[in-house]
Formats: sequence, C-alpha cells, structure tokens
Amino acid sequence: MLAKRIIPCLDVRHGKVVKGVNFEGVKDVGDPVACAAEYNKQGADEIVFYDIVASHEGRGTFLDVVRDTAKQVFVPLTVGGGISTVEDMRETLRAGADKISINSAAVKNPQLISDGAEIFGSQCIVVGIDAKRDGKGGYTVYVNGGRIDMHVDLLEWVTEVERRGAGEICLNSIDTDGVRGGFDLEMLKAVCDRVRIPVIASGGAGKLSDFATAFQETGVTAALAASLFHFGELTIPQVKADCRGKGIPMR
Amino acid sequence: MIAVIDYGAGNLFSVCNALSYLNIAHEITKDAAVIGKADAVILPGVGAFPAAMESLRKTGLIGTIKENAQKKPLLGICLGMQMLFEQSDEMGICEGLSLIPGEVRHIPSKKVIIPHMGWNELVITQDCPIFKGIEQPVYTYFVHSYQAFCKDENIAAYCEYDGKVPALVTDGKYVFGAQFHPEKSGEKGLMMLRNFEEMAR
Repeated sequence: MLAKRIIPCLDVRHGKVVKGVNFEGVKDVGDPVACAAEYNKQGADEIVFYDIVASHEGRGTFLDVVRDTAKQVFVPLTVGGGISTVEDMRETLRAGADKISINSAAVKNPQLISDGAEIFGSQCIVVGIDAKRDGKGGYTVYVNGGRIDMHVDLLEWVTEVERRGAGEICLNSIDTDGVRGGFDLEMLKAVCDRVRIPVIASGGAGKLSDFATAFQETGVTAALAASLFHFGELTIPQVKADCRGKGIPMR
Repeated sequence: MIAVIDYGAGNLFSVCNALSYLNIAHEITKDAAVIGKADAVILPGVGAFPAAMESLRKTGLIGTIKENAQKKPLLGICLGMQMLFEQSDEMGICEGLSLIPGEVRHIPSKKVIIPHMGWNELVITQDCPIFKGIEQPVYTYFVHSYQAFCKDENIAAYCEYDGKVPALVTDGKYVFGAQFHPEKSGEKGLMMLRNFEEMAR
C-alpha cells in the first residue's frame, strides 16, 4: 500500500535555514545540508528546500545547497523559491532537485506549468499555493509569500493547475500557517475533492496528532512542516509512530 | 565500470550521485565503445515515453543497448524500465526496446490518485539478486502514471495500487527494470544499486 509522506521543509535564506512565523520574524538556524542529512536519517520521505530570499528579491535559488545535498541525501528533493522560467527549472533540476515548486510565478504566468510539465514531465512540477479565506465562504490565492491577494478563486485555480499538467499541489493555508492549531482541514478537503493529483498539506501543524488528523479527515497524501521539526519539538519518527498506531500506512 | 546512458534523461545526475556516493565506478556516455567495455549498463529515464525513445534513437544506441543486454546486466529505471517493453500507448502507440515481453499503459484504476507518487511497499515474488540482503518491509519511491503489463514470470516484485503494479521486472537473465527510483529510495535503494553492481562483477 502507498504510504503517506511526512515532509520537512527547510526555508533557506543566505545559505542558512530559517523559519518565519506567518512569513515574518525569522530566526537563523543552521546549515541546510546538515539539516537535510539529519532529516534523511530520521526517515523523512522527501525534503523541501525553499529559497525565501529569491521569491522576494528575484535572486537565483540556492543551487549550491541543492547540489551538496543531492550528493548525500537519497530521498526526493523538492526545490522552490524564485523559479519563474523554464531555464530556472532546468538549472534547478540539473543541480540535483527531483521536483521544482512554483508558486507566484505560476499564478502570474500559468503557461509556466504547462511548459514545465511538457519539457520535464509532470512528475517534477509541484505547484505551491498560498490561500486564505475570502470571508464569503470561499478561498482566494495569494502570491509573494502570502502578501498579495490575486483575487483568484482557489478551487478554480487548482482545477487549472491540474489541467495544465502539474504533478502535485502543495497547499498552504495562510490562516493556519504559523498558528500551530492544526492543518486547515476544510480547505484541504475542498481541494482534494476537486483534483485527482496528490495534495500536500502545509501550514499549521502544531502537535503530534495534527498529522494523523489531516490524513484521516482529508485526502492529502503528504503533510509538510518546518519549524516543528526544525526546533526538535517533534521528530519525524514520533509523527510516523503516531500515524502508524492509528492505522495510517507509513514507510 | 557501469555505463550510464546519456540521452538527456532528467534523473541521470541523481543516479550518478548515488553511484558516486557508493564509490561505484561509472561513466556517463553516449559512446557505443564505452558501453561495449562496461561491466553493466544503466538506462535512466523520466518524462514521456515517445520523447524519450526519440532522444534515445537520436543517440544511435538502440542496437548497442540491445546487443549488450544479451551479455551483461542492464538496469532500466522508471521510464527506462518502461522502455524495456515492446510498446507504450502514452500519447499514441510507440515502440520500445522489446527486451522484456509486455507493454505499457496508463494505470487503469479510476479510484486512485494519479500519478502514483510516493513510497509503496514491494511484494517480492521472485528471488532476485537485486534484493539480496535487504530486510522486509521494503518501501521504495515511485512516481509514474503509466505501468507495465506483463507476465508474472517477468515480475520479481510488485506493489499494490488498487491493482498490481509491476515494480521490478526481469527477462530472467541480464535485463532488469525498476519502476521505482532506487537512487531516491533511501538506504534500501542504495543497497539495490550496490547489488546490481555486484552482479556485474
């Protein structure tokens, strides 16, 4: 049976790992290559590197970190942040990324999803989405680290993302991100009901049971967290043991 | 030395990173002479079947690969595994390398999430040198939307995804194909690459 995936995300800034709470107020934490190796040892099913500077200031992604990590970590690596052209994608894949995550650039230029899927294959195109409740019972899509409301309906957007050939969606809820009250189950459920491609839950994990709850109550195939793992409050083996105990297939 | 066929496949570098980490001598090549003197051959691959076959055809290596597959171990990975079969219907019928009887079609289930992406448990059905010394359960990393359809005798391991998905296939002699990515399947995946190299000695 296919196992549900637990994915630690390493936010990288100037070569260091950081985690912003609600995308603000960052703390410097450590060497991304060493962190990735540690997560690999703990049993992470995939590792995500996100270059937070690149998306804000248009800088190239931190490819040396990716290159060094790919030489010693043998689980799938996803790289995001500041990827806005097919050339950026090619460069990132050649550095050793297995998947590339595009977010703002895809909203601004949806053709990027189609081009990436056609040239490199759907399997390596992850579309990251930051969404927030619109106060009218729906959700709207934000860009630039959750700061700009694009007034695009979330469910229409995920439909287009799938149609254009994305292999996976990583759905981050701005409402729950950094709050640690659990994943946004309602939003995740709405998106999982709409598409047939895998959906990764992101934003809001605060305690052990949040992961199992997301798997039990929504159709997500993976759950992602950053600071929770990074500061050692929870370890990946603890999360997996909790899920396994509740009958959720884990590697 | 293992020859890793260079025809532009996206996972070429991941495969080579894993081989380097294991200190396994290898050469990225599109040279028939290098393939000829290699002890084993790896055919990587991700993406769409017709485009990959076309790129491989352009290297002029199809005859060389088929010929070498009769006398030394060959491992196809992911799309490289699918290319070992007779044909695929991804974007229209396209001929493969015909090293293992069978064909490639879309995963038939309408109930499951496509692509089949993530770690799935192998059900090992044949004693195969690739699995030597590897403890159960064995989870490996898959990402694909098409799968092989072939005889049980060619399946050394499968996984369940609302049906049987061939995971490791073989012609019973020198040809092996992994639908999963051993180079991305953690320690156990690395052990499989090590086992493959040992077969070549």
